[in-house]
Amino acid sequence: MSAFVATFKRDVALMWTGGGALAPVGYFLGATMLVPLAMGPDRALLEAAGPPLVWIAAALAVLATLERLFQADLEDGSLEQMLLSPAPLEMLVLAKGLAMWCVVGLPIALAGAPAAIALQAPIELVPAIVLSLALGMAAFIGVGLVGAALTAGVKRGGVLIALIVLPFFAPPIIFGSAVAVGDAVAAALSILAGCALGATALGPIAAAGALRLQAE
Amino acid sequence: MSGSGPFQDKPSLRVESLTLKRGERILVRDLSFVAAPGAFVEVRGGNGAGKTTLLRALAGFLKPSAGRIVFDGAEEPSLTMHYVGHLNALKGGASVRAHLRYWAGLFGVAERDDEALSRLSLAAQADLPARVLSQGQARRLALSRLVIAKRPVWLLDEPAAALDAQGRAVLAALIEAHRADGGVVVAAVHEALGPAPSQTLTVGV
Repeated sequence: MSAFVATFKRDVALMWTGGGALAPVGYFLGATMLVPLAMGPDRALLEAAGPPLVWIAAALAVLATLERLFQADLEDGSLEQMLLSPAPLEMLVLAKGLAMWCVVGLPIALAGAPAAIALQAPIELVPAIVLSLALGMAAFIGVGLVGAALTAGVKRGGVLIALIVLPFFAPPIIFGSAVAVGDAVAAALSILAGCALGATALGPIAAAGALRLQAE
Repeated sequence: MSGSGPFQDKPSLRVESLTLKRGERILVRDLSFVAAPGAFVEVRGGNGAGKTTLLRALAGFLKPSAGRIVFDGAEEPSLTMHYVGHLNALKGGASVRAHLRYWAGLFGVAERDDEALSRLSLAAQADLPARVLSQGQARRLALSRLVIAKRPVWLLDEPAAALDAQGRAVLAALIEAHRADGGVVVAAVHEALGPAPSQTLTVGV
């Protein structure tokens, strides 16, 4: 078993047994279900303004899970052992990001279907919204790895993570919202895929650099 | 694997005029020593003297402000050593066996969890989550990394902390066997571990 696979399996198992898997999805669904209540019974208003709000809820749900991603490894000494692996730290960070996408990102993307319907998105747009969320989650997590790594040594670093990563959440939110309102869906999905690939490729490199400094 | 010991290469550790700082404070100044295959280096010093800092520098976690740390005969230093520090690197939610399997994967070696469990006397706890282990059992689990992946240089930071008499005997036996195989042990200690050290370094004077 390679170090990449071992790290992926361990993180999936830890997030799953720790109850960390369902909480973000619950957060996401809870936040989106509150929107119709807050906007009132005007259906036209909800149809016009509702669907893009899945992206706000998704971004916040990811943010809430980032704080402990590397902090726990730093505090319990796991990071030191990761530095002694034959696999580069960048690959181990990528494995952790991939685990998070599987346990947190993908379930939120799937929960995007009922959430979008509740927010009066046209039913034919729902598959595109789910796909866009799956891509957007990869972009969020790729960027989030860097924020989580930079703040791993900071107590209550959650707010700091938000300040660091939220500006980088803007592109996926802009193009994701375009998908949610049915505006140039194919083009927006392509750009989201680009965001996801870019963040997945560069995020682990930057995060590993930050983690090496934290280990000192 | 060939040769007399289990290691393909038997690196020796060479430290040349090493100076280490934490913040602005110099903890280790101009330290030089050589640990040949089979050496057991005891690092002594009071609380805060710099024992942990020295070990972390040897492990490569901390950049020296001056001097060099060389592993003669090793291609990749980080794959040459084990570091067992104050932190046991355990996850409360994962079982003892899950830890052993994860480490085997992380260090890129074949799984040998049953051997590790029996040598560290953890067989009865194999399926328990790490959060219910006692301090001493958690320490044994951390030390089991030494058995899982054969690596020639061991950096141990107060390895006997929380261990009972039987645990100390197991640790002493591990160290003796490792030295007989041509491995190097550098251990920060407050009380003698059992095996007679080949040299003693005192830091913080």
